[in-house]
Amino acid sequence: MGNTLVDIKNLRVSFFTPAGEVKALNDVSIKMEEGEVLGIVGESGSGKSVTAYSLMGLIPYPGRIVGGTIDFNGHRINDMSEAEMRAIRGNEVSIIFQDPMTSLNPVYTIGNQIMEVILLHTDKNKEQAYERAVELLTLVGINEPAKRMKQYPHELSGGMRQRVMIAIALACEPKLLIADEPTTALDVTIQAQILELMMELKQKIGMSIIMITHDLGIVANMCQKIAVMYGGKVVECGTADEIFYNPRHEYTKGLLRSIPRLTDKEHRKLIPIEGTPVDMLNPPAGCPFAPRCNSCMKICLGRMPEYTDLSETHYSACWLLQKEEFERRGQGA
Amino acid sequence: MAKYIIKRVLLAVVTLWLIATITFILMNMVPGGPFLAEKAPSEATLKALNEKYGLDKPLIVQYGNYMSRLLRGDMGPSIKQRGRTVNQIISNGFKVSARVGGISVLVAVLIGITLGSIAAMNRSKWIDNVIIVVSTCGIAVPSFVVSTVLMIVFSVKLKLLPTYGLSSPLHYIMPVMALSFYPTAYITRLMRSSMLEVLGQDYMRTARAKGLSQFKMLFKHALRNAILPVVTYLGPLLAYTLTGSFVVEKIFTIPGLGNDFISSITNRDYTLIMGTTIFLAALIVTMNLMVDIAYKLIDPRIKLK
Repeated sequence: MGNTLVDIKNLRVSFFTPAGEVKALNDVSIKMEEGEVLGIVGESGSGKSVTAYSLMGLIPYPGRIVGGTIDFNGHRINDMSEAEMRAIRGNEVSIIFQDPMTSLNPVYTIGNQIMEVILLHTDKNKEQAYERAVELLTLVGINEPAKRMKQYPHELSGGMRQRVMIAIALACEPKLLIADEPTTALDVTIQAQILELMMELKQKIGMSIIMITHDLGIVANMCQKIAVMYGGKVVECGTADEIFYNPRHEYTKGLLRSIPRLTDKEHRKLIPIEGTPVDMLNPPAGCPFAPRCNSCMKICLGRMPEYTDLSETHYSACWLLQKEEFERRGQGA
Repeated sequence: MAKYIIKRVLLAVVTLWLIATITFILMNMVPGGPFLAEKAPSEATLKALNEKYGLDKPLIVQYGNYMSRLLRGDMGPSIKQRGRTVNQIISNGFKVSARVGGISVLVAVLIGITLGSIAAMNRSKWIDNVIIVVSTCGIAVPSFVVSTVLMIVFSVKLKLLPTYGLSSPLHYIMPVMALSFYPTAYITRLMRSSMLEVLGQDYMRTARAKGLSQFKMLFKHALRNAILPVVTYLGPLLAYTLTGSFVVEKIFTIPGLGNDFISSITNRDYTLIMGTTIFLAALIVTMNLMVDIAYKLIDPRIKLK
């Protein structure tokens, strides 16, 4: 594989709310190579979006980075000024948001909003930017691009708007595209089209993609590498095969158990993960998943386990794995 | 669009006719009349005066006469201000009031939008708190208090500004401040809350993710969305402010229209009551139509039907 594109090390992000400090990210480390598709999965509040936003310097108020480092494409993101960040955003790294219905400004035309980002980051003049915008609309599979340029967001369907968002994101051929649940707000057939489009464009442009989702199906189809997040931590990370065929963290196992399968008998009950998500205002001292874990041990409640390396690419943080390794070493000695 | 405007204008005519009719009826239902002062005139004088102004005829005939004159744009002679027609009084007064009022609205809009935006962008910081407190005071303090305080400070103590009339630009400062005080505060609050809402919208996050500067985000993406509530308020505000304020015009001795609204009623100057009422109503109807058109221009989602 190529060079390292993203290297997040021990990232800690907190939101300082009136109720107290919410530790949204607690020691998150993620590495990503150029040209890779990385999936970040986890439930609401697990920190997957915050991870992506911090990469773009877009952490919403009152959140801020309290520790760790983010390296992206040769930049040390957390040391950069707002002005330096602006030169990167929309240029080297772009993002597609969850809800295309509200992510475009309702009072400006599609053309205006695409051309805006081209004019901002390139030396193109208005006519060149217009041509590029039409080209982008064609690229994302929108018919009659010249007509769409003059239309307003409310005149387009949700799928079309998400295509426009993709066109905006790709306008400056970014090194990295972050897709923050890009298909959650779309219906299933459109979902498939959008995902297909993204993979097709990835081939054409040669960018990397971070796919944030809670849909394991999407991740299985698209991503080479998957990071599973829970309670502001990456609990397991590995290749798609490792995560799907050899899940080692109890949370990952639970997630996979809760997916309905086509081969299931009718009326098979889904197996949910019992309990409620972590209260991020008062996170448990140990493993965040411990209170919901069926194999919870005493130590799990008191201390957070270290990562156990399971292969070159596969690692997970669970006391069970630490125990296994300890026993194996004991036998070896 | 043209069809819509024609429809609205026709509706406006109906509205104005209704307002004129209701005012006419109410005005005549109140006991007394224009010539009943402290010292009642003699029977013969009264009869002659009533005859001169056509007040001796049955009400329905008076109504018919008035309406037919109104259709020709003639609002008749003033009953109490001898030798002046209602058209003259309104046009002279409006010229003065509209100038002072127009400047005041402009000041209120510029300052209000600026302060409201600054407050929203610095939510919960000290500057936001200062703006909230000041604008709340602005809404609570009536214009006669503002006028009086201004006069005491700038004219009596500092001796900087003249207290009455409109003979130089300096003369405009205090009346404009007094008139724009309330609307500035109101627009500030409107702008702050709608700006806060807009800043939290997804498309603002998109704008930021594009790498736009704060300036561009605010002036291009936020302002145009946030300004709609202010535009709504602007319609009636313009109508009322352009026609003058009784209090401020009295205090600063400005020969505007505001005074005529009140004095026409206390004087029972029937034609002037009708005139000022219809004029204000027409202005409000016009302003509202203009606001609706402005809405369409600002937000393409709005359909004018």
